[in-house]
Amino acid sequence: MQGFMTRETLLKWAPVLVLIFLLLVFPIFEMTNAWAKGKEHIYLLDSRFLSIRNLARIAISATPALMVALGVTFIILMGSIDLSMEGTVSVTAVGFAYAFLWLGGTLASWAWLAIPLALLIGAAIGLINGIVHVKLRIPSFMASLAMGFVGTGFALLLTGGDRVRVEDPLFRALLTVRWMNFPIMVYVAAAFLLLMWFIQTRTKLGRNFYAVGGGEELAAASGLNVNRVRILGFMLAGICYGMGGLMAVGKIGIAETVTGANFMFISITAVVVGGTALWGGIGGVLNTLVGVLIVFVINNGMVVIGLPSYIQSAVLGILVIVAVVLSTDRRSVSFVK
Amino acid sequence: MYELINVDKRFPGVHALKAVDFKVNRGEIVGLVGENGAGKSTLMKVIYGSYQPDGGDITIDGTKVRFQNPRQAMDHGIGMVFQEQSLITNLTVMENIFLGFEQQFVSFGVINWRKMADAARAQLAKVKLDIDPSTKTSQLSFAQRQLVELAKVLTLEERIDGDLVILLDEPTSVLASEEVELLFQIVRDLTSRASFIFVSHRMEEVLELSDRIYVMKDGEVVDVVEHDKADKESIQHKMVGREVDKEYYREQKQKPYDGDRVLLSVDGLGFAGRFADVSFDLHAGEVLCLVGTEGSGREAILRTVFGIDRPDTGSVTVKDQKITRFSAQNGVTMGIGYLPRERKVEGIVAGMNVYENMTLSQMGNYASAGILRIGEERALAEDQVARLSIKTPDIFKDCGGLSGGNQQKVVLAKWRSGGSEILLMDHPTRGLDIGAKEDVYDMIREMSDEGVGIILVADTLEEAIGLSHNIIVLKDGEVQKRFTGAPGSKPSLYDLVHHMI
Repeated sequence: MQGFMTRETLLKWAPVLVLIFLLLVFPIFEMTNAWAKGKEHIYLLDSRFLSIRNLARIAISATPALMVALGVTFIILMGSIDLSMEGTVSVTAVGFAYAFLWLGGTLASWAWLAIPLALLIGAAIGLINGIVHVKLRIPSFMASLAMGFVGTGFALLLTGGDRVRVEDPLFRALLTVRWMNFPIMVYVAAAFLLLMWFIQTRTKLGRNFYAVGGGEELAAASGLNVNRVRILGFMLAGICYGMGGLMAVGKIGIAETVTGANFMFISITAVVVGGTALWGGIGGVLNTLVGVLIVFVINNGMVVIGLPSYIQSAVLGILVIVAVVLSTDRRSVSFVK
Repeated sequence: MYELINVDKRFPGVHALKAVDFKVNRGEIVGLVGENGAGKSTLMKVIYGSYQPDGGDITIDGTKVRFQNPRQAMDHGIGMVFQEQSLITNLTVMENIFLGFEQQFVSFGVINWRKMADAARAQLAKVKLDIDPSTKTSQLSFAQRQLVELAKVLTLEERIDGDLVILLDEPTSVLASEEVELLFQIVRDLTSRASFIFVSHRMEEVLELSDRIYVMKDGEVVDVVEHDKADKESIQHKMVGREVDKEYYREQKQKPYDGDRVLLSVDGLGFAGRFADVSFDLHAGEVLCLVGTEGSGREAILRTVFGIDRPDTGSVTVKDQKITRFSAQNGVTMGIGYLPRERKVEGIVAGMNVYENMTLSQMGNYASAGILRIGEERALAEDQVARLSIKTPDIFKDCGGLSGGNQQKVVLAKWRSGGSEILLMDHPTRGLDIGAKEDVYDMIREMSDEGVGIILVADTLEEAIGLSHNIIVLKDGEVQKRFTGAPGSKPSLYDLVHHMI
């Protein structure tokens, strides 16, 4: 079949190939190490990296970041950028923790209401983001960056720098109860991913994200209310950040001001490495899943083979640049014809 | 002195320049006229080095030259004053004049601003412009900017040996009449320093200023007229002078429209600086053509009727409902469809596939509670692809990868299947090959039969005449003349050109 291995298809699948490559390269490192130590029989199944325990560890650490990255995926699909995730995650996490404790402190009571409340807080922050960006005509990166700082400050104001512990065993079951070796939070994340995938592919809103990102003027000329789409996008992203906050609390049982720290770089890296184009219109939530996995496989694998953490950051940074260069080239291909 | 001999230029599907001979003598002002698409801009781009000819020679004082880019042309004394002004408005006048050539004022890495200001003043004196060279360009009037642009090109005089040739592309289009007079005076005075090539849609100005006039048509120079022997009428005849092929434009399929059903009524519509006092009715099954030169207000009228721009005066009434909210969204709701000229920018979303593009303007019809009924979307797309014989492997193909003609069909399918009864088409056949053009003509006739009203800005005058029931000729934003065009009694090209320029 001619034209099967075109540059386009190759680039489309590049993130998946990178992920597979990474999943193989770390065990090989392990094997060569073992060889050097004089082991005689070496099997892939012996790999500590590929053990179920380790894969579950990767899945757990990736879960909150995946939630956040899903949110920012939609924003980047529209050709905008949202940098408010760190503040939003902190506020939703802290807000959730306080509400949870105040309402009874266990999921078996009315405290379950704290979960929708956290998502609502996320949506509200997203709404403000969107309105500031659209109505005051402030570039999205600036509007959201500012809102992010407001959020971090607000979280600090709420906690006064303290940690808020959420020790309800029912809520912590997210982490502690495992089905088939993976904790419940991984399944919750998977369900949420499916929901986002449904929104992306099956709803008007999802289609509108692509239209706005692929050709904003055209979307307007086709009668789309572009401003409304943008604001809804930021709200949806806010809900995703709220999910991220919940998962982060579920993971460590603590909500504090720094709960949201580091999400910005990791989530945007994941989206870009997954193949979603920074100018919008190309990519989607499945790309983001692959991107998040790449990022966390690198993090984990480097720990397993014993490389220092500063090398991890360097590798991720280079990966981002490579991903952008590759996808940029894809764009100019469609221009040059 | 500067001469093009037998120059040829081809683009895919178009023979843009056919064996053109063109000559500029020292100190001469040469006019260049022709319809849209006659090859003027291609010729200019060849002259200032933006395009390389496929055949023929360019000579300066008998020596063969070849320019790879405009910079090389400049080094040979060819300068261009752009229609869309190329000054950077947040820089000062002198910075603009010497943009890219600051090195001469630099010592030890620092710019000597006083030296640059003095040099800039000397340039400005050439065009008799008495302004402080450190003024921000944004504070100048359009006429002043035009002169600064000219002064910038005249710096070539100091930089290179040999003679200058300066192209003026529509320099008068944004100027008031006394400013035009001033510009002409300056150009005449400057003939001691340079030769000029003057391109304009305004025939009177070309006749007044030029020593010789080249008349272009279909990529050929059809005549060269001396200043003394030039008269407007004969030049206009030469610019058009060809018969419309009735078959080609589907004239036999043109049926009378329904004069009782007014779909759209425009009354006294005006938009400051674009057009004024435009009124017309559009009936069911009618094709109404807006004809005029570039910038005559045709496109602006379409955009206003659709709702993208809000008019300053007058009203638009769609199906007996007066429009109060001007937005594209409202236009779509009222059943108006818009085919913009830039298909890539405003026509189709590249990256979205065929069926997604088709339902873009009518997603509400294919969704319940925000959830899309994708099966129905696909069925619609399959149906339209078959009906309009859109050439695509399947409906999942990225629209950006389709040919221009098929993209246009997708856009038409989008509006028609969405139930638009009024279609505004801006150059629907631009950039299409002949077969695809004929497909579009067929589609226009079919839509007329179904009672759709179409306002068309055609790519050529022939197209406008061939397709239309009624024609409105515009000039500088004002209605000049109306023609009716029933088959057999259509106006001639000359009738239209006469009122256009």
